[in-house]
Amino acid sequence: MFESKSGIFYIAGVGFFVLAFVSNALVPWLMYNNIPEQTVAELINPNLRYQFEDLARRYPESFNAAYGTPPGGEAEHDAWWNEKCEEALRVGHKLYVGEGCWHCHSQFIRPVSNEEERWGPVSRSAEYQNELQRPVLFGTRRVGPDLCREGGRRSNDWHAVHFFKPENLSVNSPMPEYPWFFDGSADKPTARGLAIITYVQWLGSWQESYPYYEAYVKSPLSVPEPEPAADAPAADATPAVEAAPAEEAAK
Amino acid sequence: MTTATIATDHKIAVHTELVDESIVKWYFYAALLFLTTSMLAGILVSLQLIQHNPFTGIEIFSPGRWRMVHTNAVAYGFLANGFLGCLHWAIPRLTLHPVLDKRLSWFIYAAWQFVVGATAVGILFGEAQGLEWGETPVWIDPLAQVGLLLVAINFMTPIARMKGPMYVSLWYFLAAFIWTFLTYAMGNFIPEYFVSGTSAGAVGGLFIHDLVGLFVTPLGWGLMYYFVPILIKKPIWSHGLSLVGFWGLAFFYPLQGIHHFLYTPIPMFLQYGAVVSTIAVELVVTTVIINFFGSIWGNWSIVRTNLPVRYFYTGMVFYFLTCLQCSFQVTLTFQKIIHFSDWVVGHAHMVMFGVFSMWIMGMMTYLFPRLLKREWASQNLIEWHYWLSTVGLAVMAADLILLGLFQGWSWAALEPWDASTDFSFPFWVLRTIAGLAMFGGLLALLTNIWKTVKLAPAKA
Repeated sequence: MFESKSGIFYIAGVGFFVLAFVSNALVPWLMYNNIPEQTVAELINPNLRYQFEDLARRYPESFNAAYGTPPGGEAEHDAWWNEKCEEALRVGHKLYVGEGCWHCHSQFIRPVSNEEERWGPVSRSAEYQNELQRPVLFGTRRVGPDLCREGGRRSNDWHAVHFFKPENLSVNSPMPEYPWFFDGSADKPTARGLAIITYVQWLGSWQESYPYYEAYVKSPLSVPEPEPAADAPAADATPAVEAAPAEEAAK
Repeated sequence: MTTATIATDHKIAVHTELVDESIVKWYFYAALLFLTTSMLAGILVSLQLIQHNPFTGIEIFSPGRWRMVHTNAVAYGFLANGFLGCLHWAIPRLTLHPVLDKRLSWFIYAAWQFVVGATAVGILFGEAQGLEWGETPVWIDPLAQVGLLLVAINFMTPIARMKGPMYVSLWYFLAAFIWTFLTYAMGNFIPEYFVSGTSAGAVGGLFIHDLVGLFVTPLGWGLMYYFVPILIKKPIWSHGLSLVGFWGLAFFYPLQGIHHFLYTPIPMFLQYGAVVSTIAVELVVTTVIINFFGSIWGNWSIVRTNLPVRYFYTGMVFYFLTCLQCSFQVTLTFQKIIHFSDWVVGHAHMVMFGVFSMWIMGMMTYLFPRLLKREWASQNLIEWHYWLSTVGLAVMAADLILLGLFQGWSWAALEPWDASTDFSFPFWVLRTIAGLAMFGGLLALLTNIWKTVKLAPAKA
């Protein structure tokens, strides 16, 4: 059996492969099967819409060239924004994958190595159960920072300048320049430029802690904690900030 | 040693009837073409990291895209072509039957070069899919899948026709054809179309892991079990250990995919399972290493005089180091620090270049004179090739592994992010130099092949 053709074919070749597939792939597949996969349209949230509309305000010419102008009626108006936002999100995701962004930027926060303090809440399964995580963009390497809580941390202008020439904002950055997302200068993003910024602003926009900033409130002095941002629900923002020192004490 | 397997009712098969030497040669040329592409891509990315990218701002030279060409071309362009070439030599000679159909072989050859070339072009035009080694654009995946099926049929036919017991190499080859087909199907369709999120992570982890473990590794070891005894003129030390090695690998290796994604939302019990089987496979690897070192024991001077054997055993030393490293880095304790860091990049280079590329280089060094019917034009150049590759790889791996520790500690200490890229700079410079040395080794080989083809007199 151990040296015969059929033994090797059926047991080692097919049998052990199937065993591994069932235990390592089918089990998690079935475990998370109950969480429905969200479509891109379902992923659009007010935080993202805010950023997307902000892009239209900041770069009106670029935006009109890429998406046209919104129609008049209120309901149509809203549907139009959602539709264009969905389009931008899809294109942005394709660029993020196609440019290999995910080989230098991960998209998951581990419960170890102080990652919660640097990036924000630890990643949960449900966050990944959507069309834009098929295949999942966990990533394997962090040359640059993790991005799954990046949305809202920086302005659209910052991202535009950074994509155009990262060195302008981050000295000695090893990140490549992406002038092909722009029409000659950082204030003229093309459709691709608007899309990739939309995608990055989307990351983490579903979080209650959005936008997450580094634990800057953690001062050794007893400074009163800053008021939560106006558009973020207060009850949600506070525990995210308080959790950090408590956990540190536990260690 | 092949004579032992000849059945009595058989007329003795002739090498020229068994082996299509020209396809072996052309597989090697294709392999070297893709290796050159891949190494140039690697150099481009390393220059980007040290901010000396000469093509900054040119879309088609986007370092992120070339980063994917780098890994994709090495796996499918270099290793696959190199192995297929060697298999066209080894399998007919081992089974004493030619492959199913030589025209089919050439069709597969052409189709495979198309698949790998089109993948590279697709990636360069931004059409990659978001899975490492599964980047192959949507419209090429089915073709690649058919290609792998044909490879399996073409090579499994002589194995099926063969009478008598199967030699160790054939266990590995037979299993590898099935595994590669299944692995490719799993990785290139399921995470793209059927599952998303965490489960896609589990499947993707299984895919990238199985591609190394169930495609590259068994073909590599199968070829070692074939070439090493021939070259050192001694049998494999222990048949029992060969059995342990094969079945241990077959059982434990596929169970480890999730170890690429420890501390993700993938359930912990699955992560623990992957960690345990990874450590288990290290024990299996040790038995294989003992077996091969037992085979050459007392005969070490051959490593000095015989370059292919030196390549093979250098690869085995790196294999042992890689697997030893792996059994540490897979633990959750190490993962806290080294995950996401350059440690992993060092590990990957040690296994893909230090082991499997070394083996292919060794086999090429052995086979090219036989395929071209003339001696190597320059012994010096093949020595240069060996030493530049080995030293370059050792420096690169040590450099990146050490750097990975510094990066991990810096991140865990919550230093500003820029600190980690700033102190990486000198390490990245050294990595570029090491990479250039490895590329220099390749140039020595290419020059030598050129000289051998053009200048050396044909053997009488």
